[in-house]
Amino acid sequence: MNIDQIKKEFPIFDNKVQNNDLVYLDSANSSQKPRIVIDRIYDFYSKEFSNVGRSVHYLAVAATNLYEQTRTSVQKYINASDKNEIVFTKGATEAINLVANTFGQKYLDEGDEVLITELEHHSNYVPWHFLRKSKKINIEFAEVNEQGEVTLEEIKKKITDKTKIICVTHLSNVTGAILPIKEIVTLAHSKDIPVLVDGCQGAPHLKLDMQDLDCDFYAISGHKMYGPTGIGVLYAKKKWLEDLPPYQGGGGMIREVKKKGISYGELPNKYEAGTMATAQVIAFNESIKFLEKIGIENIEKHEKELLDYAVDLLGKNNSVNIIGNPKNKGGVISFTIEGIHPHDIATILDEDGVAIRAGHHCCQILHEKLGLPATARASFGVYNTKDDIDQLNKSINNCKKIFNLK
Amino acid sequence: MNLKELYQEIILEHGKNPRNLRKTDNFTRDAKGNNPLCGDNVHIYLKLNENNKVEDISFEGSGCAITMASASIMTDLVRGKEEKEVKEIVTDFLDMIKEKDELSTELLNEDEKTKLMCLSGVKQYPMRVKCATLSWHTLTSAMNNSQEIASTED
Repeated sequence: MNIDQIKKEFPIFDNKVQNNDLVYLDSANSSQKPRIVIDRIYDFYSKEFSNVGRSVHYLAVAATNLYEQTRTSVQKYINASDKNEIVFTKGATEAINLVANTFGQKYLDEGDEVLITELEHHSNYVPWHFLRKSKKINIEFAEVNEQGEVTLEEIKKKITDKTKIICVTHLSNVTGAILPIKEIVTLAHSKDIPVLVDGCQGAPHLKLDMQDLDCDFYAISGHKMYGPTGIGVLYAKKKWLEDLPPYQGGGGMIREVKKKGISYGELPNKYEAGTMATAQVIAFNESIKFLEKIGIENIEKHEKELLDYAVDLLGKNNSVNIIGNPKNKGGVISFTIEGIHPHDIATILDEDGVAIRAGHHCCQILHEKLGLPATARASFGVYNTKDDIDQLNKSINNCKKIFNLK
Repeated sequence: MNLKELYQEIILEHGKNPRNLRKTDNFTRDAKGNNPLCGDNVHIYLKLNENNKVEDISFEGSGCAITMASASIMTDLVRGKEEKEVKEIVTDFLDMIKEKDELSTELLNEDEKTKLMCLSGVKQYPMRVKCATLSWHTLTSAMNNSQEIASTED
């Protein structure tokens, strides 16, 4: 795999950022977009635009077909057994809200427990928190260990006869820990508990096979997969999508509307109310093709190499403290520097064109546990190189110099 | 070079060794402030005497070098000032950070103004403006004896 060639497919790297080459280490936040994705949006709006699933004119039919082609591509990409198990949403956040809302309505009652983990992003905690008020449910947290992982044993310990659903991240956006999803699902299913996986960080970096993982719900964010913003995917087993109530009401999701009653549409329309992010869905197909062309196995291997290189290099750098040391880790490194606040680190690195994130990364529960108000985070994508990591290390040294650290 | 303007020696020094980082005994007013997006937080303690003069001011909290330096310099400058004067200085500082090139208050001497102007480097970093202003907004809350947590997020 030729990274220089791949990098050329991303127009963002053609331009200097404040007179520097861009060293983009914020892909866990959002990835950059290849030209084919950007062009697809332009082309669709310029030559092919129409709303989907409604009118019968030529453009409407063609747009509907394109829209449905993305659904089929996603289905194949994640190896779901049915294309109607793919629901488009505005993002992973909406995908999780959809499940929390509809599953909560139908299956959660006072005293029931939702088991999540201390690693969860706010988007896999706050939607469940709403049900604390409306349904008086309890939320239990599987704890993170010293390495920054949540183990199968810990999940097992926290399951009670009140646990109604388990919601876990596939890959932590802070420690990089990859959770043993398949084992968690087997355990949960042995107790008839469904599992929701927050796959925001999993989908862009790991090979996905829904039939093998066997989880009930899997939430995907399009913009972290080299795709446009405003598009996400909820994968859900067909039995759930047929069983759960609709989420939002409006056009497109109904079968028949009368003054005295309304019946709802078939899958997948049931969960896609209103005009969807049509252009983004259609362009998302190009992201999937882009990932398929390179091969997710190659991306995984490349990012693992970068990770090992970075852990080694930053590990040798005095006063850099890497957060967590999971056995199974994705391309995310959160760190602190003794004596320099993460926001100061991020601002100083930015001056060299090195884009990282500083803050709690939408994981305040985890940061409270770590006893840190904020961390700095470098995260990798397919376009990163070892040169990027060298520049990161160099800029960290510059940071230490400004703050008079050795 | 913008970065050197932002991280001037005086900021780094105050950031590393903040003045008045403690809790005033028998404070008469206080307020908390935070920047939820950054996780920065300050708690300002104010002791006004019978003439409404600042007898003591201190703060507790944590944050980046800019946040800590700003709170440190601010608490040094308003000690001994009357309530009305403190409000004038706060307004003047926030106006300067927002839009004005200079400070216009006559309540501060040139040395003090120079110190405050060191914080003007944040103007080139919109995301960091709230670091410089957090303690000032919180001081306003304390003066008004507001129980609400001050925030720089509008």
